Amino acid sequence: MSSRKIVITSGKGGVGKTTTTANLGAALAKRGKHVILIDADIGLRNLDLVLGLEKRIVFDLVEVAEGRCQLRQALIKDKRFESLSILPAAQTREKDAINEEQFASIVERAAEAADYVLIDCPAGIETGFRNAVAGASEAIVVTTPEVSAIRDADRVVGKLNDRGKPIRLIVNRLRQEMVRSGDMLSVEDVCEILAVELVGIVPDDEEVIDTTNRGEPIVLDENSRLRPIYDKIVRRLEGEIVPFTNFDQPGFFGRLIDALKAG
Amino acid sequence: MLDPVILSAQPEQNTKSMGESAPERAKPLGRAIVVTSGKGGVGKTTTTANLGTALAQRGASVALVDADVGLRNLDIVLGLESRVKHHLLDVLEDRATLDEALVADKHSEKLFLLAAAQSREKDEVDTEKMKALILALRERFDYVLIDCPAGIELGFKNAVAGAEEAIVVCTPEVSAVRDVDRVVGLLGNRFRPQLVINRLRPLLVKKGKMLSVDDVNAILRLPLLGVIADEPEIIVTTNKGEPLALRKDAPTGAAYHAIAARVAGEDVPAPMPVTKESFFDKLGALFGGKKA
Amino acid sequence: MIDFLKRLFGQPGSSATAKERLRLVLMTDHLELAPEMIESMKRDLVDVISRYVEVDRDRIEVNFEQQDRALAMLANIPILSVNRPPSNGTKDRAEPAPAEPAAVVVVAAAPNVASPGAQAATESIVVRRRRRKRKNQAIAAGPKPAPAH
Repeated sequence: MSSRKIVITSGKGGVGKTTTTANLGAALAKRGKHVILIDADIGLRNLDLVLGLEKRIVFDLVEVAEGRCQLRQALIKDKRFESLSILPAAQTREKDAINEEQFASIVERAAEAADYVLIDCPAGIETGFRNAVAGASEAIVVTTPEVSAIRDADRVVGKLNDRGKPIRLIVNRLRQEMVRSGDMLSVEDVCEILAVELVGIVPDDEEVIDTTNRGEPIVLDENSRLRPIYDKIVRRLEGEIVPFTNFDQPGFFGRLIDALKAG
Repeated sequence: MLDPVILSAQPEQNTKSMGESAPERAKPLGRAIVVTSGKGGVGKTTTTANLGTALAQRGASVALVDADVGLRNLDIVLGLESRVKHHLLDVLEDRATLDEALVADKHSEKLFLLAAAQSREKDEVDTEKMKALILALRERFDYVLIDCPAGIELGFKNAVAGAEEAIVVCTPEVSAVRDVDRVVGLLGNRFRPQLVINRLRPLLVKKGKMLSVDDVNAILRLPLLGVIADEPEIIVTTNKGEPLALRKDAPTGAAYHAIAARVAGEDVPAPMPVTKESFFDKLGALFGGKKA
Repeated sequence: MIDFLKRLFGQPGSSATAKERLRLVLMTDHLELAPEMIESMKRDLVDVISRYVEVDRDRIEVNFEQQDRALAMLANIPILSVNRPPSNGTKDRAEPAPAEPAAVVVVAAAPNVASPGAQAATESIVVRRRRRKRKNQAIAAGPKPAPAH
């Protein structure tokens, strides 16, 4: 069984990496996969908070890297699922408390115990990003259909290409009404600019704020319209061909598209 | 190339005294304010652009510095992306002068942008040179606003290095608040950061589904500059490169102007968004669907 | 439809939950960031308690645990001997050490916590101590195969 090590990254902060990591992990676990989530955002950890596991942290990523504990001792098992665990980041350390080899080694060890290892990457393209990517064999880039986010995603795609990692794209926080009125780029526009295989389109949903407040991944809510969306992404990750829900309406975007396509 | 407009002239002061060797300065140093947050995507760049615009519209001379090397966005938000000829690292590495690199804003007369480099890395920025650059800008402008990158790594440290004051931007969400708290700790005693709460959704707050301004204040306990509501208009203006602060009479534009006034030291109340209720919300309220 | 009904009849909001969780998380973050403060607190605590009992200063453990609605400080302070209570001005004389040192466990909950929370904190001490003890033993012993979780 070869397990998959996927880094969830974006460049731009605040587009939904952590939310995506949490929900993809949850959706995979619900399908019976063994999943380990790793928070690589040392110093600004949030994966624990988003999943409501902040009170159960005993050891963290850096302590594992420094050999002060075993990986198994640091993993927090999410009791809402059969097989979902998280490795929290350290909060009071800096991102250079760990190097690429150490991080990659931890990811390898996690991969021995899981079908999927998802790495929640910090924002930016500095040390934290480099470490997070070092451990992964593939990447999911998350972007919103906004100019700044796409520009940053483009930069990240370039860096991932340099390292030869296969990349897939999730377009997050889509607002259909704004695409229709021409105020937001369409998914088609985004894909054309980034030229990366699309694996998911997630509409904007204000319920995410509410569920994050409670520390519950939104896929736990049977009534959430995001639950089937994440399920579809998981199926695509598993190799199924699943048609995309048609949120798309053509939108004209003039100078910005040209500027972005020009690079 | 354009010279930045010298701000309102002050009479030349004769500061020479016996044995003094320091150069005369005709005016005080401008204020260098870093806009930071920890968490990405909460509105640092939007805040920098709008605050800078509002200050400039009020007559101050303002330089905006994009410190997000490799992931620049301040230029796009201002609609100046096609006018950037030289960037921060060009200046730091002496390939261009400040005059050559500073881009005049399209809309506000006294507003200038120093863009980040896009294809370089943050660790290529020399901290001491960055401090010297900010100082040089302070000698020419009333305000130097530094748009800080997300995170707390080297990019953050360099952005903070030249600043004397800090504005922290937070959204009413748990991760953002936690990150701001961390950043305030890292900023240390040198700064007394002031808070801008961004992307508030009054209706969600009313339903109890979002932290309120009071909640955030109770947790962070920072002096509040103002609160900006979330609205789709902001995305539109970013797309068009026209900061909302240009519309002084619209609610969000007015809010940025109020914040600018407060930054300038005026005794103006902190702007708060007003709830616009929909029919359903009013109906819900009728049936008691209110937060306790 | 359900959404409509939810909005019509109201649902308890999550913002109160969020605020509580944040408050506790930040306290923990702050404590982690100030180890010197914790050391000072330990010393002061021990000084005060030593006025009444003789303690084993080398084996004191102070830890912080997040509980449901509070942050609790758990201090495990082994007692070596207890001073005889003073009678009519005579000087204290220490009693001989018991066969096994007893322990003082102090639980200080965060303010504004309802008493059931504090009670629950007291009751769950054993569980907390066990977990924390395992952690400290693990740290002291260094890496080795751990027992099943």
